[in-house]
Amino acid sequence: MAQTDLRALQDTEFPVPEELQANIAITSLDKIYNWSRRSSMWPLLFGLACCAIEMIGTAASRFDFSRFGFEVMRGSPRQSDLMIVSGTVTKKMIVPIVRLYNQMPEPKYVLAMGACASGGGPFKEGYNVVSGVDKYLPVDVYVPGCPPTPQALLYGMITLQKKIDGQSLANLDDVPWYGVGPSEPTPVPVLGPDIIDPRQMELIREQAQQAALEAPFGARELPAWVNPAEVAQETTVVEETQDGAEDGIDPATAARIRKREEAMARLAARRAAKGGQ
Amino acid sequence: MMDVVADKTQLDISASIELLRERWPDAISHDNRDGFSGIIVDPAQLDDVALAIRDELGFDYLSSVTGVDYLGIADHMEVVYHACRTSGGPALVFKAQTGRDDPRVPSLVSVWPGADFQEREAYDLYGIHFDGHPDLRRILLWDGFDGHPLRKDWQEAYFEEEHKPFDSRWPGGQVYRAEEKNVFGKNVRYPDDLDLGRLNDVSESDLYQGLGLGVDVQALDSDGLRTDRLVVNLGPHHPSTHGVFRMVVTLDGETIASLDPVMGYLHRNHEKIGERNSFLHNMPFTDRLDYISSMSNNLGYALAVEQLLSQGARYSPPTYRAECLRVLMVELTRIVNHLWSLGFLLNDLGAFFTPMLYANNEREKILDFFEATSGSRLMCNYMRFAGVYRDIPERIRSVANLVNDKVRDYNTMDYLTEMVNERLPRFLDEYDTLLTRNEILRERTVGVGVLLAEDAIALSTCGPLLRASGVPYDVRRADPYSIYPELDFNIPAGKNGDIYDRFLVRFQEMRESVRILKQILPRLEQSQGEAVVTKIGHTPRVPVGEAYGRVENPKGELGYYVVSEGDPKGPQNPWRYHVRAPSFINLTALGPMCVGHKVADVVTILGSIDIVLGETDR
Repeated sequence: MAQTDLRALQDTEFPVPEELQANIAITSLDKIYNWSRRSSMWPLLFGLACCAIEMIGTAASRFDFSRFGFEVMRGSPRQSDLMIVSGTVTKKMIVPIVRLYNQMPEPKYVLAMGACASGGGPFKEGYNVVSGVDKYLPVDVYVPGCPPTPQALLYGMITLQKKIDGQSLANLDDVPWYGVGPSEPTPVPVLGPDIIDPRQMELIREQAQQAALEAPFGARELPAWVNPAEVAQETTVVEETQDGAEDGIDPATAARIRKREEAMARLAARRAAKGGQ
Repeated sequence: MMDVVADKTQLDISASIELLRERWPDAISHDNRDGFSGIIVDPAQLDDVALAIRDELGFDYLSSVTGVDYLGIADHMEVVYHACRTSGGPALVFKAQTGRDDPRVPSLVSVWPGADFQEREAYDLYGIHFDGHPDLRRILLWDGFDGHPLRKDWQEAYFEEEHKPFDSRWPGGQVYRAEEKNVFGKNVRYPDDLDLGRLNDVSESDLYQGLGLGVDVQALDSDGLRTDRLVVNLGPHHPSTHGVFRMVVTLDGETIASLDPVMGYLHRNHEKIGERNSFLHNMPFTDRLDYISSMSNNLGYALAVEQLLSQGARYSPPTYRAECLRVLMVELTRIVNHLWSLGFLLNDLGAFFTPMLYANNEREKILDFFEATSGSRLMCNYMRFAGVYRDIPERIRSVANLVNDKVRDYNTMDYLTEMVNERLPRFLDEYDTLLTRNEILRERTVGVGVLLAEDAIALSTCGPLLRASGVPYDVRRADPYSIYPELDFNIPAGKNGDIYDRFLVRFQEMRESVRILKQILPRLEQSQGEAVVTKIGHTPRVPVGEAYGRVENPKGELGYYVVSEGDPKGPQNPWRYHVRAPSFINLTALGPMCVGHKVADVVTILGSIDIVLGETDR
């Protein structure tokens, strides 16, 4: 192994004498795990729709994602680490997709390629279309585009590698597969009159009961639509009548600011705890 | 009198209709609605009329079958048939009307076996029963799906309004995610009488039947050997199905006893969404049908709407340059598609990825040109009604975005000239030398997956699949459009109808495309400066009527059946937007072609049909 490769692994906290650096590296378990995992990610050979053509284009000689460690695409989920969901996910297809995901050995990652896999895309309203694969599977990286260019896909894949670099064995939320025992498989959806997510059985049962009582349940009412131009006018009026600038903020913005402040406080606490160790 | 009999198959459309009207004065009437054409046949007589149309009038090729729901306009369902002659000429349109409560028409599978999948699709999406259909099951959706989604009174879970742009969003409306409105946070809606205790989970049972666990495995004798019949499931996740396609294969030893294609894994409701969209809005959606050849999909749709705009008459080309650009793009697309399909056919044969990478190299060069012209490599969205999106750029430019990618900066015409005159012919010669007489290739393909000419016509197959069986039927010649009549090119046809012939036909078609491109280049030089963008391309006022625009796509005859019922002054969207997808209809022939071959040949036969799932499932 070249010296430069080893240097990437060196942990500066425990310096190795200069003359030994070509042969010895002292590093953390996190780093070596992450480094080896991110450097040989094998994607599942799994094309859904139009994006699959660009995915093959990315794998082909001109763009060639093997250069980044995505060495070969495997036909079997048992041999792959990464599922590139390349295209529109339909209700009929989500069943095999969840099954394939369950068959992949951990650690496993999901990359949603393109608008459809990320959120339904142009076909979102379609009756047979799942609006985003994240409704059923945990997604690590979203790549926008319709379809994303090979460059965009490569960028997404490199982003995934960066994400892996940041994972820590100490944080089980990051790497659930180091928890105790095998992790639970994702429940496989059922094709009934419409697609049924087993995790929503209770809600569906409730809906059926409500329907029996003839109480409308299916649709949620959004607040009535108001013309933003009129709202803007009204708020200006309010600001003029009230003196305090604080009171002029509408409740939604105030809530957002409060949330952000709380998040910053949590982050600071976490940093302090880390520094204390 | 012999002359009269012989002439019947030469009669033009109106004379043919008159002949039929004389024969069945009560059962056949003219379709007199504004902007509509053809005849309306009484469903009770449909069988006999169809036989006469096929046998006496010579319309041997059923191009398209589809349903239309006229709820609110006439309150009936309509089944629309387009029949053509393989010798050429326009389509004869005939329709059968039936009530909405219990829609029933006789099946025409016995007359044109190619109606099989199309009638199943109409049953699936409209609930129209085709009496006498041998296997009337849902084809795109799953058994147990709630309702028939293309009926006008069926609304999807995210339904907001009948047509776009939605009032809440335009002008200056509010933005929210459709999930927020749905209680489940998903694109789902369950019927009120849903019984969770009795869920019919077909996905599971299908899978296990595929594994042979749910069916009786019966022993039978074949060639003196005792073999078990085994059901094997190929797909929907299988590297060689070219997408999410599934085949349930019954094997007798290693020989195919029967093959049942299962599709719909990429059914993304193109036609329902198309009815909500405005006319222009559908153009980018057509890109995503056959996503390898988006340019020619655009052209078919543009032709259909242009036909509507000109109220049935053949649309006079906007400017000569626009037509030249269209043909340029479409022929380049044909090369792109055949490069891709031949590369993958070799892949299926076991020449893993090398021929495909060779072909892809050339394809990328063409995609660079597409990207410079339309802004996108794959989804070009280039054609407009009565024109194109814009002229070709003066230079093809791009920044170097990858280490091994050179900075691209070429004069477009030089780039095209070099490609058409040198690069592509050189590549084709090289590919030819490497592959065409390759012994392994011939061993695996000659005599495999044979489709006889009469079967190919009867099963409504199209494109290279039909031509390889020896039927030189090409819409560019049979029902010419654009500037094809003035171009000099041949229609390659095969003899034996096997995989090898399909390979050769595709190869020859690429050479013919290069020949067309060579004729287009001087025309482009001459017409420099002509306008290619028209106002109508962006704001069409589409009159009431129907149109069927068809083009010869690389995969076969692509047809768009568009019905407009809207008020030309109001917001406009198609009342019906049907895609006659070549990949879908060509699959009708897959089962018959595979029976008797080995399981390893199935993959190759499928590869030789050259399907793309975006178009198959729509």
